[in-house]
Amino acid sequence: MSTDARLIDIPVISEPAMTLPSMNVEPILHEVRHALRRLLETGETSMIDLRAMPLAPGEEEKIRTRLGTGEVVIQLDAMGPSTLTETAYSGVWWVEHRNPNDVVTGLYIEVAKVPSIVEPDRQDLIDAVARLNDDLENNDDE
Amino acid sequence: MTSKKRQDMTIGEALRANGVSRRGFLKFCAATASLMALPPGAATAIAAALEKAKRPSVIWLSFQECTGCTESLTRSHSPSIEGLIFDAISLDYHHTLQAAAGHGAEAAREEAMKEHHGKYILVVDGSIPMKDDGVYSTIAGMTNLAMLKEAAAGAAAIVAVGTCAAYGGLPAADPNPTGAVAVSEIIKDKPIINVSGCPPIPVVITGVLAQFLTFGLPELDDLGRPKAFYGQNIHDRCYRRPFYERGQFAETFDDEGAKKGWCLYKLGCKGPITYNACATTKWNEGTSFPIQSGHGCIGCSEPDFWDMGGFYKALSQGKLGSAEGLAAAAGIGAAIGIGSALLGSSGQKAAKAEIKAKLDKDMEATK
Repeated sequence: MSTDARLIDIPVISEPAMTLPSMNVEPILHEVRHALRRLLETGETSMIDLRAMPLAPGEEEKIRTRLGTGEVVIQLDAMGPSTLTETAYSGVWWVEHRNPNDVVTGLYIEVAKVPSIVEPDRQDLIDAVARLNDDLENNDDE
Repeated sequence: MTSKKRQDMTIGEALRANGVSRRGFLKFCAATASLMALPPGAATAIAAALEKAKRPSVIWLSFQECTGCTESLTRSHSPSIEGLIFDAISLDYHHTLQAAAGHGAEAAREEAMKEHHGKYILVVDGSIPMKDDGVYSTIAGMTNLAMLKEAAAGAAAIVAVGTCAAYGGLPAADPNPTGAVAVSEIIKDKPIINVSGCPPIPVVITGVLAQFLTFGLPELDDLGRPKAFYGQNIHDRCYRRPFYERGQFAETFDDEGAKKGWCLYKLGCKGPITYNACATTKWNEGTSFPIQSGHGCIGCSEPDFWDMGGFYKALSQGKLGSAEGLAAAAGIGAAIGIGSALLGSSGQKAAKAEIKAKLDKDMEATK
């Protein structure tokens, strides 16, 4: 095995295939439905932290499958890759953050028109104006 | 790491100097919020506070320990943002990680203590031997006891990392030949945050430091642990809990129940009396945790876990059967539906007797 092998590359299944009672799938989908209604009626956004829940092996995949895939996929490259995928339900996003080692550090269902992390921070906009000003004043190419 | 310029930076500035964007920082804060069992929306508040926090000086003392806690920390998701946060802290002394050795290393400790007197965070891993004037563990000719007292005097707060520093751990296990004790049994005049576990989960170590920098001293449970990270009962958060409720237990490690992933209570799982983030945060980059790998929890984040009557003895058969055992096991209530109001009420013998009776009844019903 090469020295840069990752844990994920080792073909070990830590849990045998078995039928566990699925306790979390339906309640989470109900929560998503309530959150969608709130978004529609009041504009309030919601986030469900899937990593904070004691999901049984296989439940995460079940929720993912039930939500399906929509039209939009957003990729971020900020301290590791992030993928924000619109599900088959408009306004419901599957948000997966990874670190530079490609290890998942956060997994959320976000109910919003656009996931919050996509919008630039005000300070970033201020910095952007300053940098562009600087570039236009100091660049004599044109 | 300790240049004047870096010293003056806030954590936000230090991270940006390391090329971490605001979105990258937010990702870390979201993961930290998740660890603290805060709603994901709290990430923005954590980011705002951490952004402005000054980088504190940290002095890390290793006493009677196996270096497992440091191993845990360094095998974290490095080189992730947790690693950068640690870099953003000015780690001025850590005799395993620092390049300096001998007199140079001790000089660094003394200098940091002098320069940041009253402000530095003292991290301790390992217990402190008290027998025979503490001769059983010394560093640079100084007993651990003397070094702890000296370093604690100028500390703003102490973080006791690992079960040895928090509760005595393995060195204090029966018959405790060196008279090992926890930090809190020696230092009485400083705030002490216990980050227990053998070892603690890597991101919990960095998370507690991030929480301290963000919100100051955290709210602690009756065993001195930050509630944000140790508020979860393993049994309550276990994905195998539904099997417990149904009375479906593995009786041996290779029977049908074990293969089907049933509850490991009868095989000695200490989940019902253990508080830690293993069931959700998990280990090895979120891969698994002992119960998911088919072995019961050994309760390593609890005091006296080594002497709890055997790793493979069910709680109802171990030392918990005695009044002495019950006194050691504050918090069994959550296992059987008794509210958390009882947690920490170590003096309430009647309440504990009730818990014990319910647990026995619970188990009797499953036979």
